[in-house]
Amino acid sequence: MKLSKRLALSAAVAASLLTLAGASHAQAALDNIQKAKLIKIAIPTDFPPYGFVGIDLKPQGLDIDMANFIAAKMGVKIELMPVTSANRIAYLQTKKADLVISTLGKNAEREKVIDFTSAYSPFFQGIYGPKTISIKTMADLAGKTVAATRGALEDQELTKVAPAGTDIKRFEDNNATVSAFVAGQTQLLATGVSVAGVMMQKNPQLNTEYKLLLKDSPNFIGVAKGEDALRTKVNAIIAEGKKSGDIDKMAQKWLGRPAGQLPE
Amino acid sequence: MAIELDFAAVLTEWPLLVKGVAWTLGLTAVSAVLGVLLGIGCAWVRTQGPGWSRPGVAAYVELIRNTPFIVQLFFIFFGLPAMGVRLSPEWSSVIAMVINLGAYSAEIVRAGIQTTPAGQIEAAMSLALSRMQTFIWVVLPPALQRVWPALVSQIIIVMLGSAVCGQISTEELSFAANLIQSRNFRAFEAFIVATAIYLLLSIATRATLNWFGQRFLFGGRRG
Repeated sequence: MKLSKRLALSAAVAASLLTLAGASHAQAALDNIQKAKLIKIAIPTDFPPYGFVGIDLKPQGLDIDMANFIAAKMGVKIELMPVTSANRIAYLQTKKADLVISTLGKNAEREKVIDFTSAYSPFFQGIYGPKTISIKTMADLAGKTVAATRGALEDQELTKVAPAGTDIKRFEDNNATVSAFVAGQTQLLATGVSVAGVMMQKNPQLNTEYKLLLKDSPNFIGVAKGEDALRTKVNAIIAEGKKSGDIDKMAQKWLGRPAGQLPE
Repeated sequence: MAIELDFAAVLTEWPLLVKGVAWTLGLTAVSAVLGVLLGIGCAWVRTQGPGWSRPGVAAYVELIRNTPFIVQLFFIFFGLPAMGVRLSPEWSSVIAMVINLGAYSAEIVRAGIQTTPAGQIEAAMSLALSRMQTFIWVVLPPALQRVWPALVSQIIIVMLGSAVCGQISTEELSFAANLIQSRNFRAFEAFIVATAIYLLLSIATRATLNWFGQRFLFGGRRG
């Protein structure tokens, strides 16, 4: 029968794809980088001032500076790969990227699938909304619509703490999340402090204010699970950057304040 | 290191997947009915409608067929609020899909109408049928029959295209797969499951529509 033949063909294609995906090696990342003289780093382009596209259409921001800093210290060329909050961990798992420097916060779920270096920059997430809506505690979120970026820490955190009846609208990337809030498609916005800052600056007519703290979470660099050689190398570079003041300088340049005490 | 597959992690989230399938099918059903009706209307205008109305419909068809679906969707969801029209993600998705399918099916149905033999219309006229009666009872059923496979394919393309509606937080199947993988990082498994479900949905939809067309639209029960 035609139908079953077609199904069998599809199954065969799927099976061959699975076999292809099985080939990769542990602990090879650092060697590969040094051999190819190229490091592939996943960075955000939707998250100012950590990573965004400037008027010259090139990515810039704190995360991009950090990526360039690491490549320079390792003495290799750099290839920047723009990723979103939802797909950045998949980039690491599938070895499309050697490092993820993309405002990546650390939590237990993520530590199961990837490894983290020391922290390199400060960050916190909050809930924002217009002055006309009164939000004093998490319980006030019931019955409100909140925009969040799917798979970002604020989504995971909000899903955990929001009361029943909170309507969380999840968008693909931070640009869409902010656009939805600005267009009035949601009442509230859950996002990082930097994104909210830029949004408020560009849309003063919305009268947006900071409502609640979701999570205080410094940014870490993600490496693929088990790539200890690469992780140790990057940690050494971060420690060096902290001592020399380069990391403080980056935070000062993009966030307007020094990096402060960051967890190892 | 071989990648270890863990489908259980994805399948335990089955309520999300079921909801996703329901939304995908629901969006497709509504937009298929309304979109094909819109397409038939536009095809009528472009072939037999009053002259003044043709350029407007032609412009609509060309505009939609020459711009990406996701741009149309974003225009409705992010753009229209600037003009004071605020639609929910679900309504935005339905409207975008109807408008999109309407334009494509207009051209498909028009092709069917234009291949109607002149003698068939003349015969209808000589039986004193009005122009509207001729169109609905004599021209349209065989025209639809001729282009039905193309029309069914277009409906399936729109169903698969509904995957981008997840971008504006409509909770369809791709949204569900994406949400699951962003929670448990089982991207490979989540999208394998989504792929399999889409494949089954497409095959089932095609079979259903082929049966439906034969049975109700041009099955020859009109006497």
